[in-house]
Amino acid sequence: MSSALPESAQPDDAQSQQPAEATVVLGGQEISRALTRIAHEILERNKGGSDVVLLGIPTRGLPLARRLAAKLAAVEPTLQAADLVGSLDVTMYRDDLAHHPTRTIGSTDLPGDGLDGKVVVLVDDVLFSGRTIRAALDAISDLGRPRAVQLAALVDRGHRELPIRADFVGKNLPTSTHERVRVLLEETDGRDAVLIEGGAR
Amino acid sequence: MKHLLSAADLSHKQAVRILDTAGQMAATQAREIKKLPTLRGRTVVNLFFEDSTRTRISFETAAKRLSADVINFSAKGSSVSKGESLKDTALTLQAMGADAVVIRHHASGAPHTLAHSGWTHGAVVNAGDGMHQHPTQALLDAYTLRRHLTGAGDPSGRDLAGLRVAIVGDVLHSRVARSNVQLLHTLGADVTLVAPPTLVPVGVEAWPAEVSYDLDAAIDTKPDAIMMLRVQRERMSSAGGGFFPSPLEYTRNYGLDARRLAAMPEHAIVLHPGPMNRGLEISAEAADSPRAVIVEQVANGVAVRMAVLYLLLSGSGATTETNETKVDA
Repeated sequence: MSSALPESAQPDDAQSQQPAEATVVLGGQEISRALTRIAHEILERNKGGSDVVLLGIPTRGLPLARRLAAKLAAVEPTLQAADLVGSLDVTMYRDDLAHHPTRTIGSTDLPGDGLDGKVVVLVDDVLFSGRTIRAALDAISDLGRPRAVQLAALVDRGHRELPIRADFVGKNLPTSTHERVRVLLEETDGRDAVLIEGGAR
Repeated sequence: MKHLLSAADLSHKQAVRILDTAGQMAATQAREIKKLPTLRGRTVVNLFFEDSTRTRISFETAAKRLSADVINFSAKGSSVSKGESLKDTALTLQAMGADAVVIRHHASGAPHTLAHSGWTHGAVVNAGDGMHQHPTQALLDAYTLRRHLTGAGDPSGRDLAGLRVAIVGDVLHSRVARSNVQLLHTLGADVTLVAPPTLVPVGVEAWPAEVSYDLDAAIDTKPDAIMMLRVQRERMSSAGGGFFPSPLEYTRNYGLDARRLAAMPEHAIVLHPGPMNRGLEISAEAADSPRAVIVEQVANGVAVRMAVLYLLLSGSGATTETNETKVDA
């Protein structure tokens, strides 16, 4: 689940509706550069990528995790991109299930060796309230015991409601709560862009 | 979807969604820690007026795996045996704050009454009412069929289009058969009912299914799956209740034995909703063969019931139909 919209709405209907006042804050090139930088930071912080597992949070965290894995493998040829990536659905761990229409549950797939003793890097598109990440931490603790958990987000838009911060950020984007941040990705939406919509800008 | 009362109420989209959700639930049940916090603080009441082993245990397991509180109520040993009515029982449960009531009742329509009377505000799940409906059984059968017969890979999103299923035995008394005919039809499968003429219900020509009186002929048409129904002797007055001359003759004509099993196509699977009358409608060879998925049906039942409870109980209730909704709360 993405937290791109206020109250972390389901993002799948995002691409078709793009009001006129949408501002493009990141294009395809910038997204690619940001991911390259994050990939290097992950390797630097963890002294290589041998224990790293990238867990993407559906919907848009998963393609981002796959792209990061490909970049990690490009830097460190000993790594296999496919073995680094997993998907972590947090729907059943959310604290707001009772306040929204029923959410569709995504799939959770872990790479071969599981999570025990690994460094898990959670990957999501937008970091907003922090509640999705809180749910993800609960989900991880039911799946294994990683040595450490780190967080990578393409966009950090502020307005945290929990004491959570990202270790790797593509772009810090100061926003007002009235605005919406939308991440579009080639894999899910046909093109790469980060948009801000609404609000007085 | 506020309640789950009948397989006929489910649209194609809703049915596929339940099966997809069940697939995700099943994946969580392969983990070391099977419990999910999803329905924490919710209360599920199992209201069983009729004997049941697997359905009640299955619902109880499903609710507990989702962290709901479970209250089991069986008519035996309760105030029902002192003459308390369904209404008063329901009002008692309402006063205790039940979010969902899973009801099995010997009277057809009891879950419908409970859901529409205003006696309880919770979601009502039909766990079998008389000779009427048993929707979660049909869902778990459909889930099992989809897993085995729709090809390799992740079956999410698929329906049962083109599959041919024979439902054999005591169709007259079977709520499982009624629910399955409706749900399998909704999902695009072709259903053939096979039963002695005495055990075919009146009005069957209105059902979306073929009717055959000859099991061997039905097997010759190469069905993808065969679902054996239990001969419900408790609903018949004497040994065969006048529905068939003798158990032996029933077995000869309508029992699944090794010979008929061998005549079935290579890929075909055998289902049975349980409990089995071994030696009556199904022989031990057939029941224990690797093509019988009867034990797997029980495991799938937990996943399907978790999915149903999740879809009924999580969410604000109003718009459970909307799949991917934007929320601007």
